[in-house]
Amino acid sequence: MARKISMKQAINEALDLEMRRDPTVIVMGEDIVGGAGSPGEEDAWGGVLGVTKGLHAKYPGRLLDTPLSESAYIGAAIGAAACGMRPVAELMFLDFMGVCFDQILNQAAKFKYMFGGKARTPVVIRAMVGAGFRAAAQHSQMLTPVFTHVPGLKVICPSNAYDAKGLLIQAIRDDDPVIFCEHKNLYGLETDVPAEAYAIPFGEANVVREGKDVTIVSYGLTVHRAFEAAEKLARDRIEAEIVDLRTLSPIDWDTVIESVENTGRLVVVDEANPRCSIASDVAAYVAEHAFGALKAAPQMVTAPHTPVPFTPVLEDLYVPTADAIAAAVSRIAPRAMAA
Amino acid sequence: MPGNPFPLDKPDLLKAYRIMRTIREFEERLHVEFAKGDIPGFVHLYAGEEACATGIMMHLTDVDRIASTHRGHGHCIAKGVDVHEMMAEIYGKVTGACRGKGGSMHIADLAKGMMGANGILGAGAPLACGAGLAAKFRGDGGVGVTFFGDGASNQGMVLESMNLAAVWNLPVIFVVENNGYAESTSVEYATAVDSYVDRASGFGLPGVTVDGTDFFAVHEAAGEMIRRAREGGGPALLECRMIRFFGHFEGDAQTYKAAGENELNRRNRDCLKMFAARLREAGVVSAVELEMIDKDVESLIEDAVVSAKAAPLPTAHDLTTDVYVAY
Ligand SMILES: Cc1ncc(C[n+]2csc(CCOP(=O)(O)OP(=O)(O)O)c2C)c(N)n1
Repeated sequence: MARKISMKQAINEALDLEMRRDPTVIVMGEDIVGGAGSPGEEDAWGGVLGVTKGLHAKYPGRLLDTPLSESAYIGAAIGAAACGMRPVAELMFLDFMGVCFDQILNQAAKFKYMFGGKARTPVVIRAMVGAGFRAAAQHSQMLTPVFTHVPGLKVICPSNAYDAKGLLIQAIRDDDPVIFCEHKNLYGLETDVPAEAYAIPFGEANVVREGKDVTIVSYGLTVHRAFEAAEKLARDRIEAEIVDLRTLSPIDWDTVIESVENTGRLVVVDEANPRCSIASDVAAYVAEHAFGALKAAPQMVTAPHTPVPFTPVLEDLYVPTADAIAAAVSRIAPRAMAA
Repeated sequence: MPGNPFPLDKPDLLKAYRIMRTIREFEERLHVEFAKGDIPGFVHLYAGEEACATGIMMHLTDVDRIASTHRGHGHCIAKGVDVHEMMAEIYGKVTGACRGKGGSMHIADLAKGMMGANGILGAGAPLACGAGLAAKFRGDGGVGVTFFGDGASNQGMVLESMNLAAVWNLPVIFVVENNGYAESTSVEYATAVDSYVDRASGFGLPGVTVDGTDFFAVHEAAGEMIRRAREGGGPALLECRMIRFFGHFEGDAQTYKAAGENELNRRNRDCLKMFAARLREAGVVSAVELEMIDKDVESLIEDAVVSAKAAPLPTAHDLTTDVYVAY
């Protein structure tokens, strides 16, 4: 039974279903219940944007508000995961990873390898990513490449409510540490979502639009910008195929290569900064593995190599726009060629 | 004219009143303007906490450096940052203190010794240690002051900084602005000790808790710590117990607060009203003198809002400037 719900509701539902199914699932973070010890309403917040609202009443004692101590509670989630729990820790904004990065980088990511494959660390770290809230440089970063770079971490970034639910359920059931990146500008977006539990396997990209002229690879918010660009391009009779990566580590190279082999052209769209990014990674991989199929040089459309500016006029220019994506496509697939 | 019972002379008392009044007006006005919808981003208001920033900053000059918080407007104003530049920054204009790139949460003015508001909780503490270290090397008698909330006080980097400041005997003052809440979570829930002074003493730092709504209490305690730090006596911690009049950020419904809590605080614990009343009751300043300041401040803020709204926006070119290299 599918109905339209927002990505925020889908995430709440995934947590709800998994907490019901598995008593080892616990959720922790700052203000995730909200109002702990305060004189007013107990379940006042449900996290800063209300994603976990309502769960406290259903699962008393299993949602833990934390002090403002990310090193301690993210580390505690990791430690508990290593001891048989399945914690979901909310880091609020992924930008705050700076405060607790050792626990993620040198502990969670390394256990399985360093301990000869014997350790399991089924922790999920959920956090908001991305620009668009006028929240400036310390609350708007797209840090997905930073985590993707680290072996031992799985990195997920859904573009819609359906994927968010299925991928989060998979993340909670997964035995490895998962960094689950939620684009704050997608929380309100509604799509068809089944009410029951379902898991989307990691490492399976989604071809969200088919086309024969160019492959646009993206993930998260910019998938929607790519869609807008594709609609524009269609008016010029250029048919773009859009691949939504959904999971960045593991990443579905097969789908990317297969698509480029069909279209002969690649544009990668990434909201992250350009150097050492998902965009540069995909472009390099395709150049290495499908060079013969390419009719033109791969193009990257990314944020500029700057921090995220505060002022709306600049922030709106920061995230790759549909126009910038269409322009990149036009550079390698001129209308005459498509005809 | 009766004698002045206060430790500050009349011009300084009026200066303190003007600063507190400016912060209040700035914040009350932002509250109204934010509701109209043309201020972008997150805005965290300092109203209710003016006595703390002002009582401390009255002891500081431009050689002293402060590292502030996400709730930084009051610290900026008390440290002497230009109100017009602050307002323009909050509106995202190119005339802003950070050319529109920082916004409310990142206002800085290095020439004034204001090392920035900060969106990362607790991050100011290590920076203030750096300010203290620099002052010590230069031998200029400067101090570093860091502000953090009851919530941020639980950050590892704050505790590490206290230890570092003690080990290196740095001229650094750690100011806990304890307003009882971290977002929606109460201090009783999130902090296991009753007194931050006990915690500081665990790191070898002397500390004092004061009523942060009492300008004179803050001023006196801070004065002693700052004097000692300037003379090489090392770091200290000052806990100011106070209240925030508004929500965590603008738009917060505040359902975690008790019914009537804000009204009660406004009535009984308004640091600005209490300060003004004490000056008047002691006969040191007249109501007319205070009203003149009120009028001045009102027109200053009005002017700041009007000119911020009229100021130009940055252009696309500004997106890639100020990075070591632009791509
Ligand atoms: C490292 C980090 N974690 C979490 C946050 C989100 N956050 C911003 S303000 C805040 C509450 C701060 O409370 P407190 O330190 O008591 O200061 P107050 O807001 O009461 O002035 C939180 C959780 C942040 N900005 N940085």
